[in-house]
Amino acid sequence: MISTLEISDLAVKRGERTLFTGLNLRLEAGQACALTGPNGSGKTSLLRAICGLIAPEFGQIGFGDADPAQARAEGLHTLGHLDGLKVSRTAWEELRFWVDWMGGNQASARSAVERLEISALLDLEVRRLSAGQRRRLALARLLAAPRPLWLLDEPLSPLDSTWRQRFGDIMAEHLAGGGLILAAVHDPLPLASLSLEIKP
Amino acid sequence: MSRVLDLLGRETALAWGRGGGAMVSGGFYLGMAVLLPLAIGPEPGRLSAIAPGAAWTALALSTLLGLDRLFERDFEDGALDLLALSALPLELTCAIKCLGQWLATGLPLAVLSPLAVIALGGPIALSPLVLACALIGGLAYSFLGGIGAALSLGARRGGLLTAVIVLPLFVPPVIFGGGALDALAGHLPWRAGLALLGAYTAAAIALGPLAMAAACRNALS
Repeated sequence: MISTLEISDLAVKRGERTLFTGLNLRLEAGQACALTGPNGSGKTSLLRAICGLIAPEFGQIGFGDADPAQARAEGLHTLGHLDGLKVSRTAWEELRFWVDWMGGNQASARSAVERLEISALLDLEVRRLSAGQRRRLALARLLAAPRPLWLLDEPLSPLDSTWRQRFGDIMAEHLAGGGLILAAVHDPLPLASLSLEIKP
Repeated sequence: MSRVLDLLGRETALAWGRGGGAMVSGGFYLGMAVLLPLAIGPEPGRLSAIAPGAAWTALALSTLLGLDRLFERDFEDGALDLLALSALPLELTCAIKCLGQWLATGLPLAVLSPLAVIALGGPIALSPLVLACALIGGLAYSFLGGIGAALSLGARRGGLLTAVIVLPLFVPPVIFGGGALDALAGHLPWRAGLALLGAYTAAAIALGPLAMAAACRNALS
C-alpha cells in the first residue's frame, strides 16, 4: 500500500522551540534509513509527525499514492520507548489484543512468537519480563500484522548482541519484501541503510 | 467488529483491576452508606427521608474512583498512540473505554444501590427505580468522567483535577435522578425525572466521545 515515504521541507516546533526546519527525505520500498542526531534534536518528534500525532509547523509528509489517513491507520507500525504493553496483563493477552487491533490474526501471532522465541514468556505478566524480552514482545506485533512502513525509535537499545543481529535479519527480510524502515538510532543499524542526520 | 469487542473486553478487564476496580468502588460506596447514619443520627424517620438522596449522591462520588486512570495509563505506556493510530475512529475507541469502565464499576455499583437505600432505611418499594436510575445515571457518570479524565491527561495529580472538572457535570443527573426518587417516595409523578436523566445520559454518550477524542489528540500532540 505504502511504496514511498516523502518528506519535503518539514519544520517541527514543540512549544516555543523549533526543533528542525527544511528537512527532506525520500524513502522507497526496500530502503531503510537511519535517523541520527543528538538527544533532543527531534528524532522522536519527526517519527510522531509522520504518524500524524504531531502537526508539523511547515512542510509536507506524503505516502506516495496512498491516502494519508488510511496509510497512517493501516500502513505503518510505530515502536518507541513506550511499547503500549500493560504490565498487569500477560504477554499473550497483550500480544493477541494488539495483533487483532492491528489487523493480524492468531496464526500470524503464533508464528511471530516462534520467530522471536518468546513462547516460554507468554503466560507471564508483562511486569515480569526484562527490558529486552519486552522489546521482543513488542517487535512480535510488527511481524504478526504485516505493514509496509516501520517507524522505529531506538529499536535496538534494550536488545543483547544476539538479538540485535537477529533483528537486523528480520529488518533485512522486511526490506526484501518491499518494506520501508525509518529508525531513530544512536548506534548504526545492522544492515545497509541511508542515513539522515537532524541538525538544529 | 471483532476489534470493538476485543477492546471492550480488554477495557473491562483493565477497569476491573484499575485501582482495585469494582471492589474498591463498591467498598467506598458501602462505607459512605455506613458513615451517613453515624453523622446524621440513627433516628429512622430522619434517615429514611434522606436515604434515596444520600445513596444517589454517594453513588455519584463512588463512580469517581478509578475514573481518573481511564486514559492516564494508556497515555503513559504509549497504548494511546497505538489506539489513536487505527482505522477505528478515536471517538468510538473513547466510547468503548467508557463503556468498559461502566461494565466493570458502574454495573456493580448499580446492583449495590438498592441495598444502600434499604440499609439507610429507605422504602423497599423504591428499589426498582433506584436500580433503573443507577444504571442509566452510571452511564452518564462514566461518559462525563471520561471527559474529565481525558482533559486532565498529562497533569500532575490528574485525579483531583478530574474530580474538579467532572463534579459540575454531575449536577444535572444528581438533580434528575434524586428528583425522580424523591417524587416516587412522596407518591408524586416521577417519570419526568427519569426521562430527563435518560435524556442527559443520551447527550453525554453522544457528545462525550467527541470531547474525549479531542482532548486525547491534544494531549498526544
